[in-house]
Amino acid sequence: MINFSFDGKTYQAQKGDTLAAALLRNGIGLVGRSFKYHRPRGIMTAGVEEPNALVTIGDGGRSEPNTRATDVFVYEGLVAKSQNRWPNLSFDIGAVFGLAAPVLSAGFYYKTFFGSAKRWMFYEYFIRKAAGLGNAPTKTDPDHFSQRAAFCDVLVVGAGPAGLSAALEAAEAGKRVILVEQDNILGASLIRDGQDRDGAWVEATQARIRAAGGRILTRTTASGYWEHDLVTLTQRIAEPGQIPPHGVAQRLWHVRAGQVILATGSIERPMAFAHNDRPGVMLSQAVRTYVSRFGVVPGKSVVIATNNDDAYKTAYALKAAGAEIVAVLDARPAPAGADSGLPVYNNAVPLSTNGARHCLKSVTARVNGLTQSWNADLIAVSGGFTPVVHLHMQAGGTLDWNDAAQAFVPATSRQNVTTIGGAANPDPVFNVVPVSTPKKSFIDFQNDVTLSDVDLAWAEGYRSVEHLKRYTTLGMATDQGKLSNMAALGRLAEKQGVAIPEAGLTTFRPPYTPVTMGLLAGAGAKDAGAHVRRLALYDVHAAKNPIWQPLGYWFRPRAYPMGSETLAQAAMREAKAVRSNVGMTDVSTLAKFEVSGPDAAAFLEIICATTVGKLAVGRGRYTFMLREDGFVFDDGTVWRLDENRYLLTSSTGGADRMATHISYVRQYLCPHLRVSAINVQEHYAGIAVAGPQAKATLAVLIGEEPPRHMSTVPAMISGVPVIVLAASYSGERAFEIYVEASHAAPVWAACEADVAKQGGALYGLEAMEFLRIEKGHLLNKAGGYVGASGLSRPALSEAGRRQLVGLEAIEGNIPEGAMLVTGEGVSPQGHVSAAAFRILDGGSIALGQLTDGFARHGEELIASSPTRGQMARVRVVAPHFYDTAGERYRD
Amino acid sequence: MMQFTCPHCGPRDQAEFIYERTVDAVVSLDATPEEAMKSLFTRNNPRGVDEEIWRHTYGCRAWMVIVRNRVTNEISATRAVGPEALP
Repeated sequence: MINFSFDGKTYQAQKGDTLAAALLRNGIGLVGRSFKYHRPRGIMTAGVEEPNALVTIGDGGRSEPNTRATDVFVYEGLVAKSQNRWPNLSFDIGAVFGLAAPVLSAGFYYKTFFGSAKRWMFYEYFIRKAAGLGNAPTKTDPDHFSQRAAFCDVLVVGAGPAGLSAALEAAEAGKRVILVEQDNILGASLIRDGQDRDGAWVEATQARIRAAGGRILTRTTASGYWEHDLVTLTQRIAEPGQIPPHGVAQRLWHVRAGQVILATGSIERPMAFAHNDRPGVMLSQAVRTYVSRFGVVPGKSVVIATNNDDAYKTAYALKAAGAEIVAVLDARPAPAGADSGLPVYNNAVPLSTNGARHCLKSVTARVNGLTQSWNADLIAVSGGFTPVVHLHMQAGGTLDWNDAAQAFVPATSRQNVTTIGGAANPDPVFNVVPVSTPKKSFIDFQNDVTLSDVDLAWAEGYRSVEHLKRYTTLGMATDQGKLSNMAALGRLAEKQGVAIPEAGLTTFRPPYTPVTMGLLAGAGAKDAGAHVRRLALYDVHAAKNPIWQPLGYWFRPRAYPMGSETLAQAAMREAKAVRSNVGMTDVSTLAKFEVSGPDAAAFLEIICATTVGKLAVGRGRYTFMLREDGFVFDDGTVWRLDENRYLLTSSTGGADRMATHISYVRQYLCPHLRVSAINVQEHYAGIAVAGPQAKATLAVLIGEEPPRHMSTVPAMISGVPVIVLAASYSGERAFEIYVEASHAAPVWAACEADVAKQGGALYGLEAMEFLRIEKGHLLNKAGGYVGASGLSRPALSEAGRRQLVGLEAIEGNIPEGAMLVTGEGVSPQGHVSAAAFRILDGGSIALGQLTDGFARHGEELIASSPTRGQMARVRVVAPHFYDTAGERYRD
Repeated sequence: MMQFTCPHCGPRDQAEFIYERTVDAVVSLDATPEEAMKSLFTRNNPRGVDEEIWRHTYGCRAWMVIVRNRVTNEISATRAVGPEALP
């Protein structure tokens, strides 16, 4: 015996029971409340198509709402709770919505939204409280979800008789086979129908498939069929809410198959009659499953309602188990075969059910035009069979209409997929047109859609099946209309006066059954969502406890606060050190490319918008790159290290984009060039030393005269070979030292020691921003480079474009992001893109974009940020606030 | 997810590749401004077969042209580009 609890009470289950079987075994018929009307609902099916018996399983982070009781196998200690009821399941205050059903008919939300806002405000409070099913867990799921790729020649989905046979044949023909079954045992209809009672055939077949090298996965659902025969499988290793044995609760398989065989069977259809959603109304094959597989008889006196032969098997199974068959309502006009020994009524369809205290009491039917009733506690319904064509349709297949079965069956597919068994050849049925009052005749049980809702949508002009679906929410619940879509299509076709295939179909989308979000994230959840790129000197920085700043996937020091310094205080101190003495910073993340070969100069001329090909060896130049449409792509520097060897740098943020661009230009646009362009971003670590004392510091470090501005020399620091570039981004005399990343630490240590000796400081990104804004850092050639033709577009040289300007405050501090206006109530003519303070002299300054800004220097404007409630009077100036002659960084 | 056959590595998942553009959207280095604008802004978008440039970014990083039917995803040809593919 296995102990489990439902709504706080402990019950016993048998080994192998689903939760639904265990509840029925304990005489529990009422399992949940419906979504919209809070109607009492029980167990309707024995499979994944279950619309009613949705429960929350488990506790805390492991809790799983809206789990089908028919799709959970009971384990010791399972905790299940009913949903959508308050204060408890048998007395639910929300059931008053049932009385208010006419108010909540199809399109209720649309009508209320489009009605007066007041009306919606009034309803919203009650609806938010009452609507919805289970609650999503608020705690983190403690379990892991793994992902795995697999390949096979033949993937067989479904381990019923057809699937087992197909898998066996393929495996014994030497093919690599994967067989998947969503149930926890193989056999499907063989078990339900008791055809393989001792399990011998299934057992033997399974052993032979395994012996031939086939892989069999149970509790595994083929949930999505994607392009080029890729099928995703969701494998449950632990049941919902269960503590997984090795930490992994579920596994997502990506299977690339040579061929896919779908043996997915069919789903039995309910029938539409009044109160067909009452606990005690169950599908016929489900009843048979509970009787034959689980040994649970869900009713003592049973009415069977059918339009086919299959339901008779249910009657015999019930009879053999000791239940009384009070009536077999067969919709077909004449007896199907020899006398069955059952009380069969032909030309008989159910009209309604009656009940009390959430139990079924009687069934009323129309038999040959006359109304007749029977007392019964269970009605087993079979309205025909809907082949499970979901995967076939996800694969881009088409459907044929099988008139005898009143069902769509798979036709052609553009992928390598075949459907076999019941999914391809459903049993023939007799077409039944619902006759009873459509008001309480549910077709979508989970979303509470009735036949009258379909009628209402039609009356209001919703003609297409897609519109009908969205207006009524039919088929949009977690069961995705597995039971309901055909009934709705039948009704729509009837209204349109056409055959069902002409009424159209909605789209089948993955997943076939609901998939846990964590499974899709897999190992990418939590901290592994994005990778972290660490600087080669990460440990050196970390020891100084800096404020880190994410920059793409990188983390760089933003400032190195001392004592109780704030970020702004630290950054200003660091910037002052650069302006008045010397500072050093890590610039390793800059994009770097080594371009070499006889055509290196020609290649750089194509990449860069400025002339770079005529550089002398040992010299460098500032440059920028354009996109093909003429807009700036990135900027950087290019250095000629040797006769045919150049170093190209560009920005950190654009590094990956630039790497792709360079590769595209080299490989696709100029394959004929004799050049190699290698991404050396992480090969070199970079250290920048800047400030009036930078030159003196460098001279000590490298033991020779440092290179002149825009020159480069190879040198040695602490016995490590380095490349020293003299370039300035800060407006001061500055050098960049590049060293192989794995040898960066001793070079950094030597620099830091000498900078400290000078009384300098380390600086981070924040100080760098200050330095650059104050400096306002920004000529192209005739053509022949990427973007040259795009740049000649007339729109790019039109009057009225926004242009870069500097702004200095006359009064107040300039807020970043502020609009630039000439006065109150006037449209903005530009905006502030970056704001800072003068480092040595103080005073608020900024860079901005202003309409025709080049011609407006000297003008006074207002920089206004209404969202921050800040404004400043500003003067338009040239975008250089410091050393406008550019003398400080030269020799 | 589709499966492409990289000319250098063999069949690989689409996830290893990054799409660049269609062949008719390539702006050649000697394009006139009119030709460049046509490639950038008024290119074809056929419902059916088109030639696409992809890169095996998370594999060998080589570029290739894949001839793909956008409706059925049928791949009818894949050809290598770059210096190694020059005649």
